[in-house]
Amino acid sequence: MKHDQLGNIKKNYIITAIDHDRRDFLKKMGLLGGGIMVYCTIGNPLKSYAQPGPGAPPDFNAFVRIGTDERVTCFIGKVDMGQGTITSFPQIVAEELDVAYDTVDMIMGDTDKCPWDIGTGGSMAIRILGVQVRAAAAEAKGVIKELAAEYLKCPVKDLQTKNGVVFDKKDPGKKVTYGALTQGKAIEKHLDSKPPVTSPSDFKYIGKPYFHQDAYVKVTGRAKYAGDIRLPEMLYAGVLRPPAHGAKLKSVDLSEAKKIEGVHVIQDADLVAVLHDNPEISRIALSKIKAEYDLPKTGLNNKNIYDHLLKVQVAPQVKDRKGDIGEGIKLARETFEETYVSAYVAHAPMETHTSLANIENGKVTVWASTQSPFAVQRTVAEGLKIPGDRVRVITPFVGGAFGGKLTMVTDSNLEALEAAKLARLTGRPVQVSFTRAEEFFYDTFRPAAIVKIKSGIDGSGNVVFWNYDVYMAGDRCAEVIYNIPNTKVNVFGSWMMPPPDSHPFRVGPWRAPGGPNNIHARELHMSIMAAKAGIDPLEFRLKNLKDEKMIGVLKAAADKFGYTPSRPVSGRGYGISCGIDANTYNAHIGEVEVDKKTGEIRLKRIVCVYDMGLCVNPEGTGIQMEGCCVMSMGYALTEGIEFSNGSVLDKNFDTYEIPHFSWVPKIETIILKRDDAPPQGAGEPAIIGMGAVIATGVFDATGAKLFEMPMTPERVKAALSKV
Amino acid sequence: MADKISFTLNDKPVTLEIDGDRTLLWVLRTDLGLTGTKYGCGEGLCGACTVLVDNEAMPSCQLKVKDVAGSKVTTIEGLEKGGNLHPIQKAFVDHDALQCGFCTPGMIMKAHSLLTENPDAARSDIIESMEGNLCRCGAHPRILDAIESAAKVMKRG
Repeated sequence: MKHDQLGNIKKNYIITAIDHDRRDFLKKMGLLGGGIMVYCTIGNPLKSYAQPGPGAPPDFNAFVRIGTDERVTCFIGKVDMGQGTITSFPQIVAEELDVAYDTVDMIMGDTDKCPWDIGTGGSMAIRILGVQVRAAAAEAKGVIKELAAEYLKCPVKDLQTKNGVVFDKKDPGKKVTYGALTQGKAIEKHLDSKPPVTSPSDFKYIGKPYFHQDAYVKVTGRAKYAGDIRLPEMLYAGVLRPPAHGAKLKSVDLSEAKKIEGVHVIQDADLVAVLHDNPEISRIALSKIKAEYDLPKTGLNNKNIYDHLLKVQVAPQVKDRKGDIGEGIKLARETFEETYVSAYVAHAPMETHTSLANIENGKVTVWASTQSPFAVQRTVAEGLKIPGDRVRVITPFVGGAFGGKLTMVTDSNLEALEAAKLARLTGRPVQVSFTRAEEFFYDTFRPAAIVKIKSGIDGSGNVVFWNYDVYMAGDRCAEVIYNIPNTKVNVFGSWMMPPPDSHPFRVGPWRAPGGPNNIHARELHMSIMAAKAGIDPLEFRLKNLKDEKMIGVLKAAADKFGYTPSRPVSGRGYGISCGIDANTYNAHIGEVEVDKKTGEIRLKRIVCVYDMGLCVNPEGTGIQMEGCCVMSMGYALTEGIEFSNGSVLDKNFDTYEIPHFSWVPKIETIILKRDDAPPQGAGEPAIIGMGAVIATGVFDATGAKLFEMPMTPERVKAALSKV
Repeated sequence: MADKISFTLNDKPVTLEIDGDRTLLWVLRTDLGLTGTKYGCGEGLCGACTVLVDNEAMPSCQLKVKDVAGSKVTTIEGLEKGGNLHPIQKAFVDHDALQCGFCTPGMIMKAHSLLTENPDAARSDIIESMEGNLCRCGAHPRILDAIESAAKVMKRG
């Protein structure tokens, strides 16, 4: 009886002309067993970046399935690398579908199961895809109510939902579960209208604090990362690496490596590898390979790189042109001209790049530690010269990434293609896992960058002109946020498309790419101008701001901090910064202490404020803010890649120092409640201002101007000597 | 080449016919299938591979398997007893003291060693003890809170 009814209902919803690809896709979704699937096509700004890769229908980017078992599955191409979207997406789905939070399962970053995705980065998961998933779930609830209306023979307007059950408001005994409605039939529906989403006053899940739902598997060691996947007969590869970027292999002698029992030695064009079922033996075999190289003589190193980058000829993109700089100069009582530089910075996730490839019946499956499974799919398909649908990339847990495991379209995860090639050559599953030295060598570093600012203030402390040139960092956070009548921003090169012959190795996106470099320069420059004007640095900023949201986050930070104005340089070590990243307004106020003898900086306290619109998970966002505050202390204080002639001299954490427990200040985070505004970025914005807050703090403590990041003790001492 | 090496692993006796010079980390991760212990740096600089050897935290990437002959080795997989999380594991969950989770097993093992040796550990002791364990996500404040809270629970028994 029930099935017959649903059979009739089905006709109203199913799309009759399902093309072959989609039918195949629905099959993979497990919809043959029945269920409702809703997917969304609304506004896909991601498409402007690149064409979707092979293997996935190009016209939708998220969907929600309601199974006959009452479980809800959300399929998205994003990955969770620790930022917590595996927790916040189910909040959104549960809210709009009106099901219990723990009935929602996430399938993330699997190219066979999830719609194409550009990659996880740019704090875009919730602010773009989250909005779409929310709409899809709301639509799904609408479909369910219509199905229930026919099933219960009751008008839709009389129906209400609660925790996965639809019932008649007038007769609550008349009810049916979502799963029962989907029994036995596959129902597919496009999202072509926008039913209203839940009003903030009715939120049950959104806006409530949720802890990492994957915590249990992570504290017990059960969580599987790419390097933890084991397959029968699998081999562990050691791959021959050049000593420097740009080195050319002249000769290779594999004879000693070949003598080791059980070792597979592969030489395939440039790929030289030794494999064994014991990873230690593959490393021993690798050490037996004798290779000679022609080494590059670029003469470039971490000291002279800034001069080199300034010489690279590239036409600037001009932004924020307003008024006339010449007129501004005429208005100025005081003018300023300073240059700010920042070093190459490594991503250094705790999990090095790792992939396992297996080939069965001509289909390659790769378990990859990546932010961009679809780019890995394309990389492997192109590298093996096979169609994209013959490659499946599965993203297990990812042990940190920060932009280092992200590429937009192709050329992603070198080790994944190597594993796939080696799997084909050996006929066995192959794992390629970077050593820490390989991780440093092949990292797509945050580019070294230079910012040159010319500016002026009038006699009342108003900034009257702002001429801003940024080299290599890009335009993120380079915009003029202050209310200045005459401005010009020249953006020379960017992290995404560096000019040819600029960097001695690959560079790429590093958490809020360009933000930390630009904010360090802008905010230290503001504090320097404030000091010259004799105005408290917070008051100076507020005086030169018109944007109420920016004023709001600064004031919220000041209130929490207990900030009182003082004539600069106050000696108190109070640092300030503010900015906009991923559309989230944020401000930091902190307190630093400087040891004038050793040059060491200690951050004692930091307050961080977000105005980010709707915050889906305040707990998760708070953790991201704290994480940004801690992580940034590295780029601010110690992290700068040392290199020479294409060799990366930092090979491990002994010379490349990242934050330790003893560095951690007291951290206070505030998320302003803005439930009616669309959600904006959470994962990155708090990283942009930390270099600036430390630099302005040191300036406020001592008058020392730290124009270069990282702000090492030597640089602090040198700057102190100029005060 | 093969030596016969016996030790206790997560409360169970283990005997391996193995080259005793092999690294404990890789023996755990491959031969014994215990992948909760992670490779992070291979030089004892990050703490991701921390295990307990006779209740003392050691970087398993710096140990040969023959070094633990006759010892009691505990990995992250050995802390949960009868479906109950160890108080330190539970504290990490309750304080949301993780992000990517890759450093988490090493953090928990290191904290276990500290609290076994010094049940009265103050926050400054915890910071000092944990200094060599790296976390790139910046979960540090919550990890410290979790360990402090676990110490109290463990003292109460």
